[in-house]
Amino acid sequence: MAQEPILTARGLVKRYGRVTALDHADFDLYPGEILAVIGDNGAGKSSMIKAISGAVTPDEGEIRLEGQPVHFRSPMEARAAGIETVYQNLALSPALSIADNMFLGREIRKPGLFGKLFRTLDRSAMEKMARAKLSELGLMTIQNINQAVETLSGGQRQGVAVARAAAFGSKVVIMDEPTAALGVKESRRVLELILDVRRRGLPIVLISHNMPHVFEVADRIHIHRLGRRLCVINPKEYTMSDAVAFMTGAKAPPGEALAA
Amino acid sequence: MGEPNTAAQPSQEFEKVLVNSSTDVASFDTHDKTPLQKIQHFLHSTPAAVPFVVLIASILVFGLAIGGRFFSSYTLTLILQQIAVVGMLGAAQTLVILTAGIDLSIGVIMVISAVVMGNCAVSYGLPAPIAVAAGFLVGGACGLLNGLLVSRLKLPPFIVTLGTWYVIMSTNFIYSENATIREADVTAVTQWLHVFGVNFKVGAAVLTLGVVAMVVLVFGLWYALNHTAWGRHLYAVGDDPEAAKLSGIRVGKVLLSAYTIAGLIAALAAWVSIGRNGSISPSAAVTDYNLQAITAAVIGGISLFGGRGSILGTLIGAMIVGVVSMGLNMLGADPQWKVFLTGVLIISAVAVDQWIRKVAA
Repeated sequence: MAQEPILTARGLVKRYGRVTALDHADFDLYPGEILAVIGDNGAGKSSMIKAISGAVTPDEGEIRLEGQPVHFRSPMEARAAGIETVYQNLALSPALSIADNMFLGREIRKPGLFGKLFRTLDRSAMEKMARAKLSELGLMTIQNINQAVETLSGGQRQGVAVARAAAFGSKVVIMDEPTAALGVKESRRVLELILDVRRRGLPIVLISHNMPHVFEVADRIHIHRLGRRLCVINPKEYTMSDAVAFMTGAKAPPGEALAA
Repeated sequence: MGEPNTAAQPSQEFEKVLVNSSTDVASFDTHDKTPLQKIQHFLHSTPAAVPFVVLIASILVFGLAIGGRFFSSYTLTLILQQIAVVGMLGAAQTLVILTAGIDLSIGVIMVISAVVMGNCAVSYGLPAPIAVAAGFLVGGACGLLNGLLVSRLKLPPFIVTLGTWYVIMSTNFIYSENATIREADVTAVTQWLHVFGVNFKVGAAVLTLGVVAMVVLVFGLWYALNHTAWGRHLYAVGDDPEAAKLSGIRVGKVLLSAYTIAGLIAALAAWVSIGRNGSISPSAAVTDYNLQAITAAVIGGISLFGGRGSILGTLIGAMIVGVVSMGLNMLGADPQWKVFLTGVLIISAVAVDQWIRKVAA
């Protein structure tokens, strides 16, 4: 890899009481790639992703975005820096509409006096943009943009969450278990969405337990074990069984992969 | 970095058969709905519709039972005058309930604000604007205290406001020595404390400025809840605080603002209540204003689980209670029937809310 990584983390440590979730973990994401992060339950994947997306603040360590050190104190700050996250629970508000959800926390106000004085929201602009983003990703089977999210199916909700991330993520999109709660067909659709997002040049961090999905879309696979990065492998050179063996500790990781 | 298989061709063995399956992904069934499901969907998107229907029905029932007297604009506006204070407290309560909280102290915040306004004007001889401002300061401070305990210490709202209810009530009695400030004493120093009692006629209808204040307040809050980011955030926080936090909403700040604004509205309600009652009595603190405010909100379709309901529903809920109690009064029924019916209405409202929430795609 001659390119400079767009997002790196070095020596991340996060402790919850006596539990060390992250033990000097490292992380590298290169431009335009899909990096899968796999690891056993409790390996610290989620903690690492939360640290990168601003949901938790690491106790130690450094995160760099495009070479610049960043210190996110909230998901808002990470989002402002161009890192969007699709959480496993989707972080959608069920009673609010699709449009409201897509713009939650970054609402557009009306221009002019109404926006300034009364802080009126520009509903039509938000709806138009939400509709455009959903159609772009081929999700416009959703007819009513003002429909409450709780009336959508699991796949549609995932679609809304991915569309939100793709619409606002300018540098990195992180997806936590995007296919975990979905059926076979809906998973397929979401994988296509992921490839679609990469085609637009956005690098993606994909956290997943689904080995076939990981091996299908990932360019590189980051294997997390016991709170740190064990190795990074190329999915073309290793089999799924190898990956599982590495992440459970059944097999020692390959020497050359450690350096990657 | 090689291109993986194109997604259009499923690469997993078990997905090969998908080629033969239908290609439309997760489309919507807009058909196949029974009329009942349509009603459920309509109510889901229009939360104030149920209380509105109940209000119209109760007006019709009492109108038919009592006759023309009930339909007079005098009677109907009298109901509005009677519910002005509870309607405002209900609006304050609505803000808190929308965040999935509850404010049991809202009634005593109102009473202590009224007592402070009266004492500042009568006992300390301060100018009316300063007396009113002091009342708002006390109301806002009480609300802020609730908000800090809920958002910073993360204590359950029920416990926090149960505690502050007692603390504020006793402070009210200790501070005022339970002495009522007579109407004549207030009138002697200023007209301003009674300004919301000023009435005017629109045809045969008699309205007070207090009624106007309540309506303006409710519509102002309706605007804020539906057309500003703050309002959307309030709903999101009540709906799913974790999702709201991950979406970048500062949940603590939203909670703090909800409780503080509720306190300020209670102070406004205090001012209106001085106008309506004339005198200022610290012993009003034992009235169950909290429960009346919660009743208005719940009958109005505000979900106690947070995040759902329209503040217009609260206004309608307060009106329903007003219409029922006025109607039973005019029929000469035992006042306990009003209490009885209120209980039935509360349980029905929550049952309907549960049913509406089961709406599915």
